Amino acid sequence: MLPQQLFNALVLGSVYALFSLGFTLVFGVARVVNLLYGFYFACGAFIALLLATLAQLPLWLAAPAGAVGAGLIAALLDGILLTPLRAAKAPELAALIVTLGGVLLFTSLLTLAFGTQIRRFPVALMAQSSWQWGGLSVAPLQLVIIATAMTMVALLFLFIDRSKQGMAIRAMAENSDVASLMGVNVARAMAFTSFAAGSLAGAAGILIGLNFNAVHPYMGESMMLRGFVVIIVGGLGDIRGALLAGLALGFTEVLTAAYISSDFKEAVTFSALVLTLWLRPSGLFGKAVVRRA
Amino acid sequence: MEALDDLFWAYQDLFYSLGVNAILALSMYAVVALGQLSLGQAAFMGIGAYIGAVATVKLGLPFVVALSAAMAAPAVVAALIGVPTLRLTGVYLAIATIGLGEVLRILYLNSDYLGGALGFSGIPHKADGWIIYGLLALILLAFLLITRSRVGRACEAIREDEDAAKVMGINVTGYKMTALILSAALAGLGGALNAHFSSFISPGEFGFENAVTILSYAVLGGVASPLGPVLGAFLLTALPELLRSLHGLRGVVNGLIIVLVMIFLPKGLLGRRVRRTL
Amino acid sequence: MSAKLLEVQSISRSFGALRAVDEVSFAVEPGQVHAVIGPNGAGKTTLFNIISGLVPPTSGQVQFAGQTITTLPCYRRAQIGISRTFQNIRIFPEMSVLENVMTGMTPWLRAPLIGVLLRLPAARREEHDAINRAMALLDKVGLAAQAAARAADLAYGDQRRLEIARALAARPSLLLLDEPAAGMNPTETIGLSVLLQGLRGGGLSILLVEHDMAFVMGLSDQVTVLNFGRVIADGRPAAIRHDALVIEAYLGHKVAARLAAEAGS
Repeated sequence: MLPQQLFNALVLGSVYALFSLGFTLVFGVARVVNLLYGFYFACGAFIALLLATLAQLPLWLAAPAGAVGAGLIAALLDGILLTPLRAAKAPELAALIVTLGGVLLFTSLLTLAFGTQIRRFPVALMAQSSWQWGGLSVAPLQLVIIATAMTMVALLFLFIDRSKQGMAIRAMAENSDVASLMGVNVARAMAFTSFAAGSLAGAAGILIGLNFNAVHPYMGESMMLRGFVVIIVGGLGDIRGALLAGLALGFTEVLTAAYISSDFKEAVTFSALVLTLWLRPSGLFGKAVVRRA
Repeated sequence: MEALDDLFWAYQDLFYSLGVNAILALSMYAVVALGQLSLGQAAFMGIGAYIGAVATVKLGLPFVVALSAAMAAPAVVAALIGVPTLRLTGVYLAIATIGLGEVLRILYLNSDYLGGALGFSGIPHKADGWIIYGLLALILLAFLLITRSRVGRACEAIREDEDAAKVMGINVTGYKMTALILSAALAGLGGALNAHFSSFISPGEFGFENAVTILSYAVLGGVASPLGPVLGAFLLTALPELLRSLHGLRGVVNGLIIVLVMIFLPKGLLGRRVRRTL
Repeated sequence: MSAKLLEVQSISRSFGALRAVDEVSFAVEPGQVHAVIGPNGAGKTTLFNIISGLVPPTSGQVQFAGQTITTLPCYRRAQIGISRTFQNIRIFPEMSVLENVMTGMTPWLRAPLIGVLLRLPAARREEHDAINRAMALLDKVGLAAQAAARAADLAYGDQRRLEIARALAARPSLLLLDEPAAGMNPTETIGLSVLLQGLRGGGLSILLVEHDMAFVMGLSDQVTVLNFGRVIADGRPAAIRHDALVIEAYLGHKVAARLAAEAGS
């Protein structure tokens, strides 16, 4: 029983880590808690679903297309909504409010277009028998999920660390004014960041959509709460923290649901958030944003 | 005269909603005036609504007691949330209050005592126009008096530059905590009043979307004066009602308004400042 | 020996691996103008932030008027008599000039809140007295005519004066001025110097950070020099001017050596 739960937790945790990575990336670079991120999560799932059902695309095509689609949408919307505020040097909270309005607007539009009912991926994709491995029941899909999540994380690290755009992004995270003086095209770097983050969100949306076989316009909302917990516990803007905290959250949720009660999952999640804020607000790895007295 | 009566009957709920939403808008004003982004109004409203309903329906207490409890309970919760989060940058408060709202919503959904997903019905109609608008007038007056005083100056100073305010001798943390607690109490009051004219409440009314709606009142009206959020509330409450066919578009309209106002008209509709001296 | 107004004792402040302030000690006598100078990045603003309470020291103590205030919350320091201005002028931009000065009076506005809300006579009187005192301060800095103007609309030099008036509104015994002459042309600088000279009489002590040497030397009774977070000299202006370490800190090793050689020959 326990090994099975642990495996399930690994699956869920890796998707949480993936989701939180993009979220924390945007914060680290743009200094904005971008709530539209939850919408991009839903976007990815919907695009993949539509491609799989309407265009009859096989999953291995529909899924990446969904992620890329979400990334493009992210680059577009972030550009439209956040650039004017950045140009006007508006306070941090103003950007948060705009993304708040934005996520409400676009999620509502999505609901109008697709309705609130829960949609499923085509049966053909999901009907695959699980492998039995010494007491563990492992669905191929679950392995795909873990592999995808880990691959994307690795790709992200490589991109940020090794590529020229990645360096530009890192420079901007330190100081965007100086970065632009040094020749970094701030607009382009921001667009790249949005694209990368949006793709991560979209990918996470597809993976979660597949894991629970449920896609609906509001799926991003509950995910955002988990995203908050992860980035705060892991430390705002810290990638290692997001990874670890994401995995930890996955484990906590699955184990709580299995051994205590499914209803308590959220309570545990929120308690983790409050405890972290109380005891160590900067999270596991965050730079201390704490100012005092 | 009869025509007026008919008009009143037809739009009764709208009339009550305008008043209650204005109170909720003022609860938002209390924190936004200090530059804080608390998204817990809907959560606090929910606490007030359920506590108020339990008090009158299950415990048979007088309305006044129900209202007082509906204000006190959220205030206590706000105090608990405030202690860790107020010492940090504003983003943390926003996140903590969003999280609070979600957790409470789950609690209501899973509580049979409170009616669960089916909601709490049978709440007596105790909130009439006099009570709602009487309270609104009182609260608005109090806010206007506060704004034009040293307290109003301190609040604006905190909003514009916290560190400079501190150095001037303003107890920033104390002000922020008071504002948060006050805002929670007012939201709770709004929730209880709402429960006692609509006779039915359900967990879905107190979630993230509602918190954003209340925020949109303050964003649209601006916070240069307490009248701003009230105006915002009136406009955003009346609009979907008058445009009946757009009922499903409420999320779209509210979201769009927030985005457009923040980008093009950041100070809101009532951008003119109220002077801050007696 | 008169009791020292402000005593900074072995204050250190590190930000990660960077020691911004390193075992700094000095004292300000009552009624004096004490300047802290040093090249950019020497730790002067951090020192001010520690004294005014915005940033806690990593180690060391701060004593003020006989009281240890190292951990005293920032807002309480205005109440005991410490006031400051900022290097990059932090007035409240949307508030009027008059309202800005009145926020400075916070420690002195003590009428009970309920009286303020109900507009009782005692509260109204206190507010009117506050307005009058604020106008008097604005007059002193030459801004009385612009009392109703929006603070952000003022010229740079006027904003600086406003910030000083606001700092004075708290009736401080110690005024911390962080680069008050920054961004000012020579005429404005002289005007500022005159203003500060005028403030000296009333029992006010001033702790000043500045780059403009003429400004500092003409005004100060005592000068402390910082470099890389450390005190490298502390004494009267005339002595500091010729101190070898100070010259080296500002002009570099080679120039200092050349000057010394020239002086010797």
